[in-house]
Amino acid sequence: MIEVKNLYKKFGQLEVLHDITETINEGEKVVIIGPSGSGKSTFLRCLNLLEEPTSGEIYFLGQNITDKSCDIDKMRSKMGMVFQLFHLFPHKTILENITMAPILLKLMSKKQAEEKAYGLLRRIGLDDKALTYPGKLSGGQKQRIAIIRSLAMNPDVMLFDEPTSALDPEMIGEVLDLIHELADEGMTMVLVTHEMGFAREVGTRILFMDEGRIVEQNTPAEFFANPQNPRLKSFLNAVL
Amino acid sequence: MFEDFTHSLYKCFIVKNRYLLFVEGIQNTLLIALVAVFIGIAIGMLIAIIRVYHQQTGKLKFANAICGLYLTVVRGTPMVVQLLIMYFVIFASARNGIPVAMMAFGINSGAYVAEIFRAGIQAVDKGQTEAGRSLGLSNGQTMRHIVMPQAIKNVLPALGNEFIVLFKETAIVGYIAIVDLTRAADIIRGQSYEAFIPLFTAAFLYLIIVIILTQLLKVAERRLARSDRG
Repeated sequence: MIEVKNLYKKFGQLEVLHDITETINEGEKVVIIGPSGSGKSTFLRCLNLLEEPTSGEIYFLGQNITDKSCDIDKMRSKMGMVFQLFHLFPHKTILENITMAPILLKLMSKKQAEEKAYGLLRRIGLDDKALTYPGKLSGGQKQRIAIIRSLAMNPDVMLFDEPTSALDPEMIGEVLDLIHELADEGMTMVLVTHEMGFAREVGTRILFMDEGRIVEQNTPAEFFANPQNPRLKSFLNAVL
Repeated sequence: MFEDFTHSLYKCFIVKNRYLLFVEGIQNTLLIALVAVFIGIAIGMLIAIIRVYHQQTGKLKFANAICGLYLTVVRGTPMVVQLLIMYFVIFASARNGIPVAMMAFGINSGAYVAEIFRAGIQAVDKGQTEAGRSLGLSNGQTMRHIVMPQAIKNVLPALGNEFIVLFKETAIVGYIAIVDLTRAADIIRGQSYEAFIPLFTAAFLYLIIVIILTQLLKVAERRLARSDRG
């Protein structure tokens, strides 16, 4: 579904991603872990071109999205993205947050979009909040709204950039539960996280990044039980 | 004493229907200020978007340079001089000064409004743009539906201040033979040999209008703050 070929990313002199080649198949739940500054968020953000790669190619659904002639807006509408800091639109109601993009992009009529939004809100038990503004919600509620805002676009893949890192501990569970549900329903996802337990539970494959490279990857069971790379060993020792 | 005062009032307002001069003056002042505000907003928004877009993407280099030149010139020269140049040089054949004044004040205000909007746009969290773009919205859609509404809310107090400054600054249009509120008061002062009443009348009318303007802006601010209360 996503194919990355020889991806490099530099910020000025600093090389953040070094020659990454990776394929993400339909239905996979790829979890990326690694120390801060290892390039994992940058890698994720390159997948929908929020960061422009310095060189290399990224294919999504068979299309080269790094090609200048590619309609990136259209490709992005098929990739959901969830941010660490939610980024709900504070001047729009919860309902408008969810329906805005489908309506503006003419993917749905207003009525369809609202029906879909209410369906998703009911699913997470927040349909009574539809007409309030994001400022009224807790962090966990905001992040779950951000997730269904992406889902309203019927994406083919969901990208999660440390979705629980900014949450109070007691709210992490409700967000992880929702992501877990989506995973069980077969959504393809790429997830950057520090939640090791969750990575093991939900991931079908785990990538370890360090200094801009993917240094090791494996199935969750093998990854945690049998790490090879010394950098990974010391990382796991520190976080587990 | 009281009779003196009523006599002065009579001289200033009633004789030769002088009050009509105030009516004309206030109409011209309001008309010029109102049109100039809209020209200023249009110019200011356009320039702010060009400058922010250039800063983010490095594109539109030429347009950005022109905008920079415009800001430097307009903010670096006195309004009176700009007005005189517009009337006596650029539109030297104009017989009616009012449209010229509207344009001159609009162009002047645009420079200040541009900087206000630029600050407002930059104050909106970058994550808002990223969220919009990652949902598949174009750059323009994101600017229009996500960034601009929040920017306008941020800058409303500064923008209101600029409108009030602009409104009062129109008092110099007498330089190009327009009868505005200030000029009207001054004409009556000359004709009636009374200084106190006409000048204080003008000051009072300016003040009233500014107070009304301030209240309107408060209402607008409150309306835009709806989302803060949830």
